[in-house]
Amino acid sequence: MVTLQINGQSQTIDATPDTPLLWALRDFLGLTGTKFGCGIAQCGACTVHMDGKAVRSCLLTIGSVGNRAITTIEAVGNTPNGAKVQKAWLDIEVVQCGYCQSGQIMSATALLNKTPHPQDADIDAAMAGNLCRCGTYTRIRQAIKNAAKA
Amino acid sequence: MIQNISTRRTFLKGSAAATATLSGGLMIGFAIPAGAQQTPKPTPYVLKPNAFIHIDADGKVAFQIPQEEMGQGVYTSLSQLLADELDVAFDQVTPLPAPPDDMIYGSPQRHRQSTGGSTSIRNFYTALRQVGASGRAMMVEAAARQWGVKPETLRTENGMVIDDAHGGRKLSYGALAPAAAKLDAPQNPTLKTDAQLKYIGKPMHRLDSPSKVNGSAQYGIDVRMDGLKVATLAASPVVGGKVDHVDDSKLKAMPGVQLVVLDDIVAVVATNFWAAKKGLDVVKITWDGGPNGHLDSKTLMAELRATAAKKGVTAAESGDADKALGKPGGPTRLDATYQVPFLAHAPMEPQNFTVHVKKDGTCEMWGGSQVQTTAWRAAATVLNIPPEKVTFHNFMLGGGFGRRLDVDMVVKATRIAQKVDGPVKVIWTREEDMQQDMYRPAYRNVMAATLTKDGMIDGWMHRIAGASVSARMSGKPPKDGLDKGSVDAATDNYYNAPNFRVEYIQAEPRAVNVGFWRGVAPNNTIFAIESLMDELAKKAGRDPVAFRLAHLDKTPRLKNALQIAARNAKWGEKMGPRIGKGVCAQWAFGTYIATICEAEVDTNGEVHVRKVHSVIDAGRIVNPDTLMAQVQGGITFGLTAALWGNITVEKGRVQQANFNNYRLMRINEAPDIQVEIVKSTEAPGGIGEPGCTAGPPSLVNAIAAATGVRLRELPIDRALLAGKSSV
Amino acid sequence: MTARNIIVGLACIAIIVLAAMAWIVLGPGPMAFAPGSTVAIASAGSDPSGVPKELAGGDVIKRGEYLAHAADCLACHTGKDAQAYAGGFAFNLPMIGTIYSTNITPDKETGIGNYTDAQFLAAVHRGKRQDGQNLYPAMPYASYTYMTDADALAIKAYLFTLPAVHAPARANRLNFPFNQRALLTAWNMFFSPDTRFAVNAAQSPEWNRGAYLSEALGHCGECHTPRNLMYALDNRQKFAGALTAGWRAYNISADAKAGLGAWSDASLTSYLATGHAEGHGGAAGPMGEASDNSLTYLTAGDIHAMVVYLRSVPAAASNLPHVITVPAPASFREGVTAGLDKRGEKLFAGACASCHDWTGKGQLTTFATLTGARSVNDPSAVNVAQTVMNGIDRKTAAGNVFMPSFGNAYTNAEIAQLANYVTARFGPEGAHLTEKGVQSLRDQAAQR
Repeated sequence: MVTLQINGQSQTIDATPDTPLLWALRDFLGLTGTKFGCGIAQCGACTVHMDGKAVRSCLLTIGSVGNRAITTIEAVGNTPNGAKVQKAWLDIEVVQCGYCQSGQIMSATALLNKTPHPQDADIDAAMAGNLCRCGTYTRIRQAIKNAAKA
Repeated sequence: MIQNISTRRTFLKGSAAATATLSGGLMIGFAIPAGAQQTPKPTPYVLKPNAFIHIDADGKVAFQIPQEEMGQGVYTSLSQLLADELDVAFDQVTPLPAPPDDMIYGSPQRHRQSTGGSTSIRNFYTALRQVGASGRAMMVEAAARQWGVKPETLRTENGMVIDDAHGGRKLSYGALAPAAAKLDAPQNPTLKTDAQLKYIGKPMHRLDSPSKVNGSAQYGIDVRMDGLKVATLAASPVVGGKVDHVDDSKLKAMPGVQLVVLDDIVAVVATNFWAAKKGLDVVKITWDGGPNGHLDSKTLMAELRATAAKKGVTAAESGDADKALGKPGGPTRLDATYQVPFLAHAPMEPQNFTVHVKKDGTCEMWGGSQVQTTAWRAAATVLNIPPEKVTFHNFMLGGGFGRRLDVDMVVKATRIAQKVDGPVKVIWTREEDMQQDMYRPAYRNVMAATLTKDGMIDGWMHRIAGASVSARMSGKPPKDGLDKGSVDAATDNYYNAPNFRVEYIQAEPRAVNVGFWRGVAPNNTIFAIESLMDELAKKAGRDPVAFRLAHLDKTPRLKNALQIAARNAKWGEKMGPRIGKGVCAQWAFGTYIATICEAEVDTNGEVHVRKVHSVIDAGRIVNPDTLMAQVQGGITFGLTAALWGNITVEKGRVQQANFNNYRLMRINEAPDIQVEIVKSTEAPGGIGEPGCTAGPPSLVNAIAAATGVRLRELPIDRALLAGKSSV
Repeated sequence: MTARNIIVGLACIAIIVLAAMAWIVLGPGPMAFAPGSTVAIASAGSDPSGVPKELAGGDVIKRGEYLAHAADCLACHTGKDAQAYAGGFAFNLPMIGTIYSTNITPDKETGIGNYTDAQFLAAVHRGKRQDGQNLYPAMPYASYTYMTDADALAIKAYLFTLPAVHAPARANRLNFPFNQRALLTAWNMFFSPDTRFAVNAAQSPEWNRGAYLSEALGHCGECHTPRNLMYALDNRQKFAGALTAGWRAYNISADAKAGLGAWSDASLTSYLATGHAEGHGGAAGPMGEASDNSLTYLTAGDIHAMVVYLRSVPAAASNLPHVITVPAPASFREGVTAGLDKRGEKLFAGACASCHDWTGKGQLTTFATLTGARSVNDPSAVNVAQTVMNGIDRKTAAGNVFMPSFGNAYTNAEIAQLANYVTARFGPEGAHLTEKGVQSLRDQAAQR
């Protein structure tokens, strides 16, 4: 049994402490917006926020999270930057297959939380860990800039 | 028209209950005989609006989309076709995945449900407009009968039938639907004129995007239901290999897991993925690789080279190529061989399928497939039951790229599900996904061309050696030795060589399963053609763009696109050291696209793609924004392959496993990609593949411009580029 | 020049050469640094050999298993993708060639199934094969020679319970004259002590146990002590660190800057027991294997004894700068990045920052913390490059420690750029690895 603070709620999960947060979210809590892509923190599809910072949930064990606040794609729209990013994504139609986009949006929101007016280099540094096989990168870059202006 | 839309609308949000009612509501459309395994003979396309259009009393509209949504935007673009002609407000539309049914949802041309080869718009552009128009006519007819007026006196607007002659009285489609659904569907409805179109040709916002930015979109991997178990598997790492021995002593210490051992598969079933994965990790499996267990890439490529040296069967011929080409070593003759490697699809959503083999002899399955009917029948075949006993809930794909044109993931999941009590979701690890792919075949292109005194192409020979994906899928060798799918685009002679021959020779790799991959055959043939065109231009002493333009008088749409692209990319401008521009002009998938890539090669030989300009003439366009997105994405996909893509084999086993050794382009490696669309009223072309096939040749030609080094094999070899500069 | 001058000159040269040889040949033994006189175990009051008292009641096979772990036979006697103890591991020695380890499963034809006890002891203590030929000192018999007969034979008893694997030895690939085994007879005369462990009565029982574990069984010096011109261990620089098989074995002497001097007992205990210590990073490569195959099997008492012993080894300076113990700044824009190759930063952003963060503090697990790790504080970046290329895949009691390997998809230039960036950002001094340097590291560690 591990208790976590997820999207503002305390959740007790009947899983071993070595269970990655990703699978606790998906298989135990039904929060399937956070995606499994690689399992080795190379693709970013599983990105969530831990105390506002983007982290890969596929290698983050629930036993190590403690009381730190976890936010997932399902709730990031409740934050000002999350909502801005989601809107910017919709405005210029970033999404294709969409599978990586939960993670992209979480990383982009964390970037804006830290750097409200990111330049290209900031976007590169914050977003390079998020792969998109459909190749939506041109639009991700533009959408982040638009969200920063919104 | 069928009602009960409100529950259907929840589908995108992922209610399992809603999916369960989905196919039930559509059973009226099922007309497939149980044994209908083969593709039905083409018959005239019958418009069945009832099977595609659902309107509830509130006027909410749902469309059954016959093609699979895998990011290319068909939920939206096909909805545009239907909604425009049906004349409903676009914000009232919800797209739904159609159930498996070749006769109703298969392409009008082949009566087969398959989303691949950039065919959705090409196949359905007219058909779905007609379906929509037919549905609209049914609404009008129903209103006319209710009011007792002639239908010609009525008009429609945004889901309402309006009678201007009687004070503009209105009836909503929602109110008319029950009566309209009972009418015969008109088979020759009048389509809108171009001027009347409201959605077609407009950058309508995607209907699937909202659910994809808030995490509510459901892919196959997201399926949840009571009693669901989760499994992960290890299949024989060698094609044709078998399980030799399994030591599960450590697994026995883990509670609540089930071991499934099949001929060539070991799986662990648990209540969640992590438990299954941990379980599989402690199972020691010894594989018997069988005859393929000793093969390596060196041998496979040597075999491909040997086959490519032989003469192939003629796929296309005009003039006298042999005479024009003369002997090797002739003064105007250029011989070149181009080779591309095996490639993995690597969609972001790893393969998965959920299957419930029930005790009453039926089966239910959940997952995403590019071939809905084939997937559905595959499960039935494994279980040896008629397909109508199988219910298939189709889902959007987290990437297809051709991987889900195969149904091996369905077969494996069903085989495992046979051993499991209750529904089981079989999720492949990324490593399994990478190493159990159906790979883009390695191809070798043996080419020769000669020039006239004026520097124009005289003779042209292009021999393509490689595996036939169709043969692997069907289990039958290609007819007369010619796999037309492998020579696509090469046979079109769009540069109009007067003495022209294309050959194909089948070269099946042992130990590697091959499959369709984004760009299909042209991702090889265009690379070869456009590389050779650059080499010929150099031999002729001409600028690569000018040389191509000189050969495109009979392909004016491509010529036009190339001229615009050259202008947009400032072709000919002075570049810095080790920076070059490369061009690709291609006609494939019914689309003309000219692409200019700018790349820099550093002193280590590392390649940085700086900018890409593409100009595309895809005929009539349904959604220009989606088209641009597809070209941007396709180019990225193609560049990724050119820069890094390479699947290799050792001891019969694929060596690459995850993104650490099968690299995908990252945002800080991705160029800015600008796309311009040529306005056209020609028939629509495909848009999913063309960008992909344009990426590699334009990059390789840019590298040649930057370094003077001509790369004839992919992926690019940095060692050949280190320290090289063309200036 | 007169004949006399020539003779005097030659004599001088001869004296210098002889003196140099004597300096090498007469080097101290591995435990000579410790004051005090030694007595044979039999005459000593306590016996530092054997298994810890918790296991003393077990049968010879159980004891042998513990000792085999402590002596870490497995790491070198198992080749890539091969069965355990069946041999085939490659030792790549620059200029010399490649030596492959042999099969020590009880297979009678290709393993040691026909070895008598005496033959086994001859191999372990003196480097003699069953056929009387010399083993290459890649087999650490110069260390194992300190093992008692009883312990060596317990290991044999354990090995004989393993499944026999038919695995003929791979032919060594050695350049002349190193392919002449007979030459080793001369080497053995000088460098094979052929002596058993003797108790230092001036030292505590813990120290003696630690010495036995570290020298006779664990053979730490084989990697951590530099070698002289004759390829023997140079105990004048005991535990000063060395490059072995393309990996840097770090200074584990008491040196405060480069060695263990600044480590707390708790850190050292943690590192030995688990392969990881907070603030010091974790074991990878050969030390990761030593940790997983050997050290993690030792009892807490034995780990403590090793700590006591290691602490006693005098400081041997090595030319390493101080260790940076504070994290790098949170932004990629800050920190030691000015003038650095942007390509390294680009690679780090894509493939590394997800786990290691721009600060170097592990985001997902402390195992991923780079801050304070010796690898990033070593300006040669040898172990950074090796770890990037080979990854880490360790199964520990604390869970799996995993890092993907990037060597198969990233070029030598990229590995060099990345290693140079990482050492500059997280260590005191950026490395200057080159494409060629990375290739050399690949060659030295290659298993082929």
